[in-house]
Amino acid sequence: MDKKERLFFHTLRFPLYLWTIVFVFVALLYIIGLSFMGRAENIGVDGQFTLENYARLSEPKYFQVLFNSLKLAALTTLLCLVIGYPFGYLMARLKPGARTLVLMLLIVPFWTNSLIRLFGWRILLMGNGPVNTILKNMGIITKPLKLLNTEGAVFLGMVYALLPLMIMPTSTAVEKLDFSVVEAARDLGARPLKAFFTITVPLTLPGLMAGCVLVFVPSMGLFFLSDMLGGGKTMLAGNLIQSLINSRDLPMASALCALMLLVTALVLMLYRRVGGSAGQLSLF
Amino acid sequence: MSEIRPFLRLENLCKDYGQGMVLKGLNLDVEAGEFLTLLGPSGCGKTTTLRIIAGLETATEGRVYLEGADVTALPPEKRDLNTVFQSYALFPHMNVFQNIAYGLKIKKVQRAEIQQRVAEALKLVQLTGYEKRMPSQLSGGQRQRVAIARAVVLRPKVLLLDEPLGALDLKLRQQMQQELKKLQKQLGITFIYITHDQEEALNMSSRIVIMREGSVEQIGTPEEVYEHPETLFAAGFIGQSNLVHGTVVTAQENGEMTISAEGVTLPAFSEKHYRPGDRVVLCLRPQRVRYGSEPQHGLDLQGVILEKEYSGGMQHTHIQIGERLVIRVISQSSELDHYSIGDCVHVGWSIRHAPVVFDDPAGEAQ
Repeated sequence: MDKKERLFFHTLRFPLYLWTIVFVFVALLYIIGLSFMGRAENIGVDGQFTLENYARLSEPKYFQVLFNSLKLAALTTLLCLVIGYPFGYLMARLKPGARTLVLMLLIVPFWTNSLIRLFGWRILLMGNGPVNTILKNMGIITKPLKLLNTEGAVFLGMVYALLPLMIMPTSTAVEKLDFSVVEAARDLGARPLKAFFTITVPLTLPGLMAGCVLVFVPSMGLFFLSDMLGGGKTMLAGNLIQSLINSRDLPMASALCALMLLVTALVLMLYRRVGGSAGQLSLF
Repeated sequence: MSEIRPFLRLENLCKDYGQGMVLKGLNLDVEAGEFLTLLGPSGCGKTTTLRIIAGLETATEGRVYLEGADVTALPPEKRDLNTVFQSYALFPHMNVFQNIAYGLKIKKVQRAEIQQRVAEALKLVQLTGYEKRMPSQLSGGQRQRVAIARAVVLRPKVLLLDEPLGALDLKLRQQMQQELKKLQKQLGITFIYITHDQEEALNMSSRIVIMREGSVEQIGTPEEVYEHPETLFAAGFIGQSNLVHGTVVTAQENGEMTISAEGVTLPAFSEKHYRPGDRVVLCLRPQRVRYGSEPQHGLDLQGVILEKEYSGGMQHTHIQIGERLVIRVISQSSELDHYSIGDCVHVGWSIRHAPVVFDDPAGEAQ
């Protein structure tokens, strides 16, 4: 590529550069900057350098929320893995026509606004909603169960919202697998399960890890999910940040943001360390 | 079952993938220690047959017996036979040692014995010192050897090889042919080998099974199938032939007969009995036809040289007999150099080495 050509391509990409600089780098620097300042009236910060916000993160009320968020994210990832990997595996083994159909069924709900979908879940889980009604009519329960506004409902919503992000990369990985190696393992004496765990799983591990990252990272930030299905009682890091902003404690909110950023960065670094590639994280 | 039971028996194997029958009642007996080749054009069902023997595919109908025991329903891991896959199917996440040790580890063989047997297997395929390499760091030929070592290290009763040399270049292929043959003798394991390359089949096998459209066309030693093809398909598939289509004119009890083809009457011989009027094909190997100034092999036939062409030390000559019959002759170049195009010569062949088969319009398609 000669000089002229290079200039041309850089010019074409300029809006992209500008966008990234203003809305990613500057925005992040702004947040990190705020996190090192004290709280004040008017503009929200006092402009004095302090580490106090970070020190306060270890206070029980913050620590508890962070721990809950991480725990829920980890559980969500685990359940998505347990459901999503077999689903992705079976989807990849379908005939091409049937696979396209299942893929469509998986993607189409995403074209509906996520708030509307969550309202659907609210209706399903209500005290006199379909789930309770069916259970009562079947005689399994006498009094309606409290399903909505519980931690379980938040967990359910998380798995529901993020499951496709596990299914896509695992399914792609299984699809790319050359099944003659699995046959070779069987031929060499491995039973189906042994062949699965010694051959199929290691060879689809990149897709599996990509799925875990894709589920884990957003599951720490879906605060509206906790609002809608947990009735705001389940405090997650996202909710805490939101409420801190509402109470105009911008520095503390920023410090929490910075911490979440750090956790995400660590997850991604770990992912790269064990051999994951950035390309695996792209879904389509 | 009979008293002397065959080592491996395939009985009436049928396979239907839902789009027509791939195997149509295949019967085959394999003897212990032989190098049996399944030979046929692509789509004739040879890979399906091998996969059914391995247990990787279920037959729609029919049974597989190994040493007299019905193994039809056994999964692949319970069968005492191993496969060398066409694509090698090495485990990409394991090094050479781990690949070869895989089957031994599953059988829970002691670690020391694993070490020893893998080392032996590597020595056998001349890859000692390659233990730590990953499959991606090996050449095609080396991968091939690892695949063989991985299978033979388990000392199977039968080794199934699915076109194992298909992906290699000509020179390496010829070298591997010799090595595989040597290996088979050394190990004494029964080899069932698949190829669509007739030369490879002729070079390596103790017996050849010619397959066509899901059933067995002919079984025999390389010499038998080469010298005595039983059908037009077999004649066309093995070696080169002048296939002369004609009609039986006379046929005697002792097998001697005459055939009218392209306006010429040719003498012929067959142990099978044909009747006058039968549509037949005379298979003339170009190497078996001779020409010169004297009558050849006692045949009273004359022709005109149409074309001469030198190729790799051999002389390829086209000779026209009568009005329309043209046959190709291959001979050592030095002997007949003094003839040129347009010369009239005597042509002949040993009629006992020119098999006659029934004409079969579908058999010549390939």
